[in-house]
Amino acid sequence: MAIGLKLRLPIELKIEKRLQVSSRLRIGISLASLGLALALSSLIFALGGLSPLAVYGTTFSWIFGTSAGLSFLIVKGIPLLLCAVGLVVAFRAQVWNIGAEGQLLLGAVASAGLALFVMPSAPAPILIPLMFISGFLAGAGWALIPAILKAKLKVNEVITTLMMNYIASKLVEYLIYGPWRGKTTWGFPYTDLIPPNAVLPTVPGTSIHWPTLILALASTIIVFMLMERTSLGYEVKVFGDNPDLARAAGIRPSKIIILTMLISGGLAGLAGVGELAGRHRMLRNPLHISAGYGFTAIIVAWLARLNPLACVLTSLFMGSLLVAGCVMKSSMGVSEASVNIFNGLILACIAAGEVMLRYKVRLSFSWRGRRRGVGNGPGRAHAPRGH
Amino acid sequence: MDLVGHMLHVAIRSGTPLLLAALGEIFAERSGVMNLGIEGMMLVGAITGFAVALATGQPWLGLLAACAAGLLMSLIHAFLSISLYANQVVSGLSLSMLGLGLSSLMGYAYVGVALPSRILPSPVPGLADLPVVGPALFCQDPVVYLALALAIASWFVLYKTKWGIMIRATGDDPSAADAMGINVYLVRYICVAFGGALAGLAGAYLSLVLTPAWVECMTAGRGWIAFALVIFALWDPLKAILGAYLFGATEALQFYIQASLGVDATLLGMMPYVATILAMLVAASEVLRKRLGAPAALGKPYIREERVI
Amino acid sequence: MGARGEAPRSREPLVRMVGITKRFPGVIANDKVDFELMPGEVHALLGENGAGKTTLMNILYGLYRPDEGQIFIGGREVEIRSPRDAMRLGIGMVHQHFKLVSTLTVAENIALSLEGTGLILPARRVRARILEVAQHYGLEVDPDARIWQLSVGERQRVEILKLLIRNAKVLILDEPTTVLAPREREELFKVLRKLAYEGRGIVFITHKLEEVFRVADRVTVLRKGRVVASGLPVRSTTPSELAKLMIGRELKPRLVKKPARLGEPVLEVEDLSVLDDRGLLAVKGVSFNVRRGEILGIAGVAGNGQRELVEAIIGLRKPRSGRIRIDGHDVTGKAPADVLKLGVAYIPEDRARYGIAPDLSVAENLILKLYKVPPFKKGFFLDEEYILSWSRKVVSDFGIVTPNVRAPAGSLSGGNIQRLILARELSTRPKLIVASHPTFGLDVAATEQIRLLLIEQRERGAGVLLVSEDLSEIMELSDRIAVMHEGQIVGLLSPSEADVEKIGLMMSGKLKEVDG
Repeated sequence: MAIGLKLRLPIELKIEKRLQVSSRLRIGISLASLGLALALSSLIFALGGLSPLAVYGTTFSWIFGTSAGLSFLIVKGIPLLLCAVGLVVAFRAQVWNIGAEGQLLLGAVASAGLALFVMPSAPAPILIPLMFISGFLAGAGWALIPAILKAKLKVNEVITTLMMNYIASKLVEYLIYGPWRGKTTWGFPYTDLIPPNAVLPTVPGTSIHWPTLILALASTIIVFMLMERTSLGYEVKVFGDNPDLARAAGIRPSKIIILTMLISGGLAGLAGVGELAGRHRMLRNPLHISAGYGFTAIIVAWLARLNPLACVLTSLFMGSLLVAGCVMKSSMGVSEASVNIFNGLILACIAAGEVMLRYKVRLSFSWRGRRRGVGNGPGRAHAPRGH
Repeated sequence: MDLVGHMLHVAIRSGTPLLLAALGEIFAERSGVMNLGIEGMMLVGAITGFAVALATGQPWLGLLAACAAGLLMSLIHAFLSISLYANQVVSGLSLSMLGLGLSSLMGYAYVGVALPSRILPSPVPGLADLPVVGPALFCQDPVVYLALALAIASWFVLYKTKWGIMIRATGDDPSAADAMGINVYLVRYICVAFGGALAGLAGAYLSLVLTPAWVECMTAGRGWIAFALVIFALWDPLKAILGAYLFGATEALQFYIQASLGVDATLLGMMPYVATILAMLVAASEVLRKRLGAPAALGKPYIREERVI
Repeated sequence: MGARGEAPRSREPLVRMVGITKRFPGVIANDKVDFELMPGEVHALLGENGAGKTTLMNILYGLYRPDEGQIFIGGREVEIRSPRDAMRLGIGMVHQHFKLVSTLTVAENIALSLEGTGLILPARRVRARILEVAQHYGLEVDPDARIWQLSVGERQRVEILKLLIRNAKVLILDEPTTVLAPREREELFKVLRKLAYEGRGIVFITHKLEEVFRVADRVTVLRKGRVVASGLPVRSTTPSELAKLMIGRELKPRLVKKPARLGEPVLEVEDLSVLDDRGLLAVKGVSFNVRRGEILGIAGVAGNGQRELVEAIIGLRKPRSGRIRIDGHDVTGKAPADVLKLGVAYIPEDRARYGIAPDLSVAENLILKLYKVPPFKKGFFLDEEYILSWSRKVVSDFGIVTPNVRAPAGSLSGGNIQRLILARELSTRPKLIVASHPTFGLDVAATEQIRLLLIEQRERGAGVLLVSEDLSEIMELSDRIAVMHEGQIVGLLSPSEADVEKIGLMMSGKLKEVDG
C-alpha cells in the first residue's frame, strides 16, 4: 500500500500514477487546495478568538468598496509580483531562493544610500532610474553568494539564503541605529526622509507608486518570454527537471544556478527600491520594509504553479490576504506575523494537492480476504494454458 | 580563568537548544526525510511550553507539552512528505511558516508575562567546584545534561543497535530496506516524529530556561542553524555536540567582543548567521572530499509501486 | 488434488499462484497467470524482457499486490502484503538489482533481515551463523566487509546467504547470471541443485534459453503477461520449441551487415585510467580506438570499469591519467558541453537518470541537442512552430508511440523512451555514438529497431562504441570486440575469431590476448 497506514478495513486505497494531466484538473486542484487552506486558517483564527467572517467581510468591502482599499491592495501586490516572477525563474531551476526578503532589503539599502548620500541633488529623471539599477544590482549581488556556494560547492541554498535574510536585517538595523541615523528624526531609528526628487510619483489620489508597478508588469512579461521562448529559459527548464541530463547535454549547471539567482535577487531588489522610494521614503525597521513580502512571494509563485502570468492573479489574491492581516491587526491587535498561518497552510495544501496531480486514487473493495478490483468478478482458478 | 569558564558555560547553555533540535533532525534525515519545519516547530514548542508552564506552574510539564506540540506538527510534515510524496522542501517550509504564524497568534497574550517558577541550574556536588570545567560543565540545568545524554544515546542507537541499522538502511537505500522487510514508512514516521518532539523541546528550552520569556519569533533562525548543524556534524550525534557548543560559543563571543572591543552589537548579531554559512562551506568541502555524505536517499520520497523504465 | 485435473500428486506444491492479474497504467503486466512450484525442483520462469516474470515474483514476494487472483502456500491460501509477510512464509528473493545497503557491512545487512535478534546487535552470534551457513554451501564471504567493497559475485552470495540464514523454503532468483562470469555461473548452478536436493523450491527467472536446460527441472514460459507453457518438464522440450513459445514466432535470422568501410579514427583512447566513486582505480591504462564506419563492442560483466570508461569519454568523470581524442581533438577531462559539441551522441546506461526530462514534453526533449541552432532558433527566440512540426516528423520516423508531441516524456513506456533518446541523439548526425546497454529491459520490437538503427549509423559512416552485457548483441553488431575485465582490456578480436567460450574466459580473467 502506498499510504503508510494499516487499515484493517475491507476498503483498499490504491494510488496509481496518472498518465495525462489536463489544465482543467490543475486549476481545479489548485482551487480545492486553496479552499481547504482558507477553511483551515479560518478555523484556527476562530479558535484564537477572532471572527474570520468579520475579517473577510471587512477586507472584502474595503478592497472592493473604497478606492483607498483598492489602492492599498495594489500597493501590497506590487512587491509580491516583482519578487514572485523572480522566484518563478529560480524555482523552475529547482534553485530554492528563500532569500527574497534579504534581497529586497538590499535593494532598499542601495537606493537609500544613493538618494541620501551619493547624489541627493540629482534630478529625478536621472536619480530614479539609477536607484532602480542600483537596487537591482544590490539584490542580485546579495543572491550571488549563496549562488556561488551552491554552484561550486553544492551548499544547500535554502539555508544560505535564509541566513542572508537575517544578515540583511541586521545590516539595516545597524545602519538606521548607527551611521545612517537621521538628523531630523529626534533620535528615532530611521534615516532622514529621502529628498523629494528621489520619491516615486504616485497615481493621484492613491498611494500606488506607478513606476514600480510598470516595472512589475514588464518583468512579468519579460520572464514569461524568457521561460517560454528563449534558449536560456529552455535550459533552465531542462536543468530543473533533470540536472544530470542537462549536464550530460552540455548545459553548465553553474551558469543556470548563478543566472537564475541573479535574476530573482535583482527583481527582489527592485521591489525593495519600490518600497523605499514609493512607500516609506526612508529606511526604517527592516521588518516594516520587507514585511514578509519575500516569503509570501514564494506562495504567490507556487500558487501560480510557477507560471509568471498567473502570478498577477495570485499576487492580488495573496495581497488581499495581507490586507486581511492588517485588518486583523488594527481591529483586533493580532500580530501581523499571523498572516503566516495563511502562507503556511496554503503552501501545505498545495503540496498535498500535488499528489492528486501525479496520482489517481482508486478505491477497491475486498471481500473476505480475497482481492477484487472494482467491478470485477472473484478470482477463479483457470484451466492451464496448454502447450 | 574565570572568564573562560563563564564563556564555556554560556556556550554550552546556548548550544543546548541547537543540540536538541539537531539530534532530532539527525534521526529524521538518517531515515531519509529532511525537515525544514524545525524553526516553526521550535516556535510552537516555545509558546506551548510557556503557556502550559504558566497555567500549571510546572515548567517540566511545559517542556513535556512542548514535545507533544512539536511532535504533532511534525506529523503533518510526515504525512505530506511520506504518504503523499510531497516535495520535502516545500512541505517543511510551509510548516515553518505555519509555526511562525501560529506561535504569534497563540503568543500575543503572553508577551511580557513573567514566568513564576523556573528551572534552575543544578550543580553537581563536588565537580561544580573544579576550575574552568566546573562552572562550564557541572553547573548547568538538567536539560543540558538531558541533551548530552540524548546525544550519546542517539549515537549508541544509530551505530550499535538493530534500530539504528534499520534507520540507516531506510535513509541510504529504501528499496533495499523494503525488500528486507523493513516498514520504510513506519520508520520514517517515527524518526520525523522524534525530530519534531525534540524541536519542540528545544523551543521550550528557549522560552522556559534560556531567556526565559515569550518573545515573538524568539528562535531568531535557530531552527535553520540546527538544520545546518546536522550537515556540519555529518549526521553524527557526537559531532553534533561539538558543533552545537561551537555555535553556542559564538553567542558567548558576541558579548565578550562587544564588551571588550566595543564593536557594534548589531553587527555582532550577524555572527551566528555568518558562522552558519561558513560552517556549511566547510561541511560542503568535507563532503566533497571525503565522499562521506548525506544519507543517499535523503529528500526523495519512497514510492514502492514505481515502475522502472 | 492438483488444479490441473490430473492424477493426484503425492506432494503438496510449495507455492500455487492462481489467476494472478496485475495492471499498471497503460499495460497489463500479468494476465490471469497460474504458476506452481513443487518442493525439490528448480523451476525456470522464462520469457523476454517485459513478459511479466519479475512482476509475478514481486507479487509472490509481497512488493506488489495483485489486482486479482490467489496465492496458496503449502496448500493454505494467504495474503502477502509486504516482503515481511513473504519472509515469514519462508519465501525469499534475490533481485536483479541487489537489495543490499551498500554502506553497511555484510553482517549488518543480514542482521536486518533476521527477526528476533533483539535490540542490541548480537554481532558475534550473527557472524558465527553467517560463517557456518556460508561454509556449508560454499558461499564464502567476509562478514565485516562493507557491501560497496565487494565484487558483484560476492554480493550475490550475500543475497543468497540472507535467504538461507532465514531458512527460506522458496528461493526466487531474478536473472542471477547477468552479472556473473561463466565460472561463477557454474558455481551458482551447483549451489542451486544442492538446495533443491534439500527439498527447497527454486524459481529461476531468466530470458536465456541455454540456462533453462542447464539447471532447471521444469519451465513455465510467459509472453506479454500470459502463460504460454506451464510447468513443462525440461526434458520433454527443445530450445527451438521454447524459443518459439517465448517470442511467438521464428527467431529472426541474424542481422546481415555489409562489410565495414573504415575511415579515420573518431575516438582514440590512450592509456586511460579512471577512478570510481570509491576512489579506487576502475579503468587501468586502457587503450583502443574506434574508426568511422565501425562498431566496437565492449564485452564484459557489468562492474568491470565500463561505466567509468564511458563517463570519462563523455566528460562526466575526470580521468586520472591518459588521453582521450575525438576526431583528433584532445578532450581529456573536458566537460560534456565541449565533448558533445564535437559531434558525439550519448545513449546512457541509466535511462531514468540521464535519459529524459520527464516533465517536459516529447518535443522539448527531442530538441535538446538542437535548440541553439537555426532554424530551431530564430533570432533571439525559439521557433515553436518549427519545433513542433519537426518533432512530429521525428516521432513518426522513429515510431515513438505518444498521443502527441506535447505529452510529458515521462509518460512514455520504456521502449518509447529509448526511441526518444535515440531520436534525440541521432538528430545531429553525430560522428561518434557512445551507446551503453542500449537495449537493456526493452521488448523485442524495440530491441530490434535499435540494433538496426545502430547499424544504419555505422553505414552512414559514424563510429559506434557499444557497451553491452548481452554477448549475442555484441557478437551480432560489432566489427571488433574488446573484452574488459577488472578495468583492463584483456582481449581485442574480430567476431570471426571470437567464440563464446573464448570471450567467456576473457570475461572472467582467465585469458589475456591483445593484438595490435
